[in-house]
Amino acid sequence: MEQKEESGMERSNGRDRRKQEAIQRGTGLIVCVFCFLTALPLLMLFADSLMGEQELLETCGAVLSGGEGQAGFSLFPLYPTLRAYLRLLLDSPEYFTAFWNAMFQTVGVLLGQLLVAVPAAWAFARFCFPGKKALWFLYMLLMILPFQVTMVSGYLVLNKVHLMDTHGAVILPGIFSALPVFILQKTFAGIPGEIIEAARIDGAGSVKIFLEIGIPLGKSGIFSILLLGFLEYWNAIEPPMTYLKTKSLWPLSLYLPQMANSETASAFAASVVTLLPATLLFFTGQENLEQGIVASGVERGKKEGQRSTDRFVSKGKGRGSAG
Amino acid sequence: MKPAGRRKREAGTAYLFLLPSLVGTGIFVLLPFLDVFRRSFLKAVGSGFVGWENYRQVLGNEAFLLAAGNTARFMAACLPILLSLSLCMAVLVRQMPVLQKWVKTGFLLPMAVPAASMVVFFRMLFDDKGWMNLLLQKMGLEGQGWLTSDHAFWVLVACYIWKNLGYDMILWLAGLGAIPEEQYEAAKVQGAGAWACFRYITLPQLKETLFVTALLSFVNAFRVFREACLLAGEYPHESIYMLQHLFNNWFVNLDIQKMTAAAVMLVVLTGGVLLVFQRSGFRET
Repeated sequence: MEQKEESGMERSNGRDRRKQEAIQRGTGLIVCVFCFLTALPLLMLFADSLMGEQELLETCGAVLSGGEGQAGFSLFPLYPTLRAYLRLLLDSPEYFTAFWNAMFQTVGVLLGQLLVAVPAAWAFARFCFPGKKALWFLYMLLMILPFQVTMVSGYLVLNKVHLMDTHGAVILPGIFSALPVFILQKTFAGIPGEIIEAARIDGAGSVKIFLEIGIPLGKSGIFSILLLGFLEYWNAIEPPMTYLKTKSLWPLSLYLPQMANSETASAFAASVVTLLPATLLFFTGQENLEQGIVASGVERGKKEGQRSTDRFVSKGKGRGSAG
Repeated sequence: MKPAGRRKREAGTAYLFLLPSLVGTGIFVLLPFLDVFRRSFLKAVGSGFVGWENYRQVLGNEAFLLAAGNTARFMAACLPILLSLSLCMAVLVRQMPVLQKWVKTGFLLPMAVPAASMVVFFRMLFDDKGWMNLLLQKMGLEGQGWLTSDHAFWVLVACYIWKNLGYDMILWLAGLGAIPEEQYEAAKVQGAGAWACFRYITLPQLKETLFVTALLSFVNAFRVFREACLLAGEYPHESIYMLQHLFNNWFVNLDIQKMTAAAVMLVVLTGGVLLVFQRSGFRET
């Protein structure tokens, strides 16, 4: 462009480029505005959790604890303080019971899923067997059905084996969810057959192949089911609501909404502490989360799998030359 | 071709791997569902056979009709909005190389936020004396009862879109990424503009992604019950009284007969839709 002898062609190119840049800047702005709007509620939650009791009552008392007048509004606390967190830490044993209940139930479900869903996904991905299509359809159907439909059948069993109103009532049905099988199947199907064939020729049995090739190469998929699973069960509302009557067994997701009424002062801090484990995990594993989402896209996962296959192949080669 | 002996051994191994999952699914879902199916034809007390009576009762139930209608209306309203908005965002996000990672994070973040944490915030926002009405009053407009009128429906739609925009955007991005770059270059050489490229190259090849994204958004739409139930309680305004609320209330009243009949109908309906989906769109290989 700096050259003196601009031909007409180049000039129009320059104009195009400038126009394109302007468009790009415009779209960037739109996207950023949307993105900001999406993240705004979280920022405000953080800001409000730093308010002192008096300020919080002035702005939110009208709504949350039935006070008079209108709610006030301020984006930032005037006198930021961590007192709400302190109060939460020292004065609310129920909150911590609920926190550990949620942790126990979530981790229980995830560990169970590891033991159950990983081999099942391996079977669907690497073997041909009679009845595979029908079973796959069944798993897909189970994945799609909303909780309320399977709620009755779950209740009938849990009632019969006297598990109602125990941690097991939430954990056991969760372990046999179909979604992780679904996502992992995509990952495992992306492992190239040659690697497995080679191991078989070397005399490795099916279990050895699964443990020494399947699991290491499917690690990213396993991470993504754990991550998606944590977000899902940390946020579980329906199963504990239906299967748990005793309040001391309730996870945070059920306990927290009630807390807002009785302890307004620490409600925001409690909300922030609740979302902390989930968001921290989210930030550390965003890549895996995105992979998991893509793999949950039924057919599209295959192409993504293809791409990761290349990675597997180069990894496999690396190992081959080392060994 | 593999020899028959090896194929048989392979099938055996496969079922061994599947065993834990099959046993659990059998115990917790399949067997009890057979029981549900049986009960849907029985009387509540004793075990007299009543034929289709339970089904007739559910279909004639006013609450059921309201809930089914609301659920259908909710799907019809939120799916097109979510799908088109997330596609637009995906197309735009793809064109910005600089901030892409941050933007993705921003859009995905709501997914990681438990519904319970947002309840306090949403209540501040939508209460009669809350921030939305404060804003409206500042602008000289009259406040609305956001959760106690027909607006509740749209509040719920907004919650759903807020929560799922990032998820759908990632799915679209994967779909868009699978379209070969050369096709666009070839089209540009022939003088196609940005819109023509989108209309004739991008859209047709996104059909599969559309199926998938629509299916998953549909599944996720049932989860909006969390927000609905936490925001408005078990008996919300009638514009957001969904099938999930109804099931829940039947459960609380132990109205097992109606629940079993409705569950059977929903399973059959969903299974049918899934079959049609599989036949028409994407075949599992």
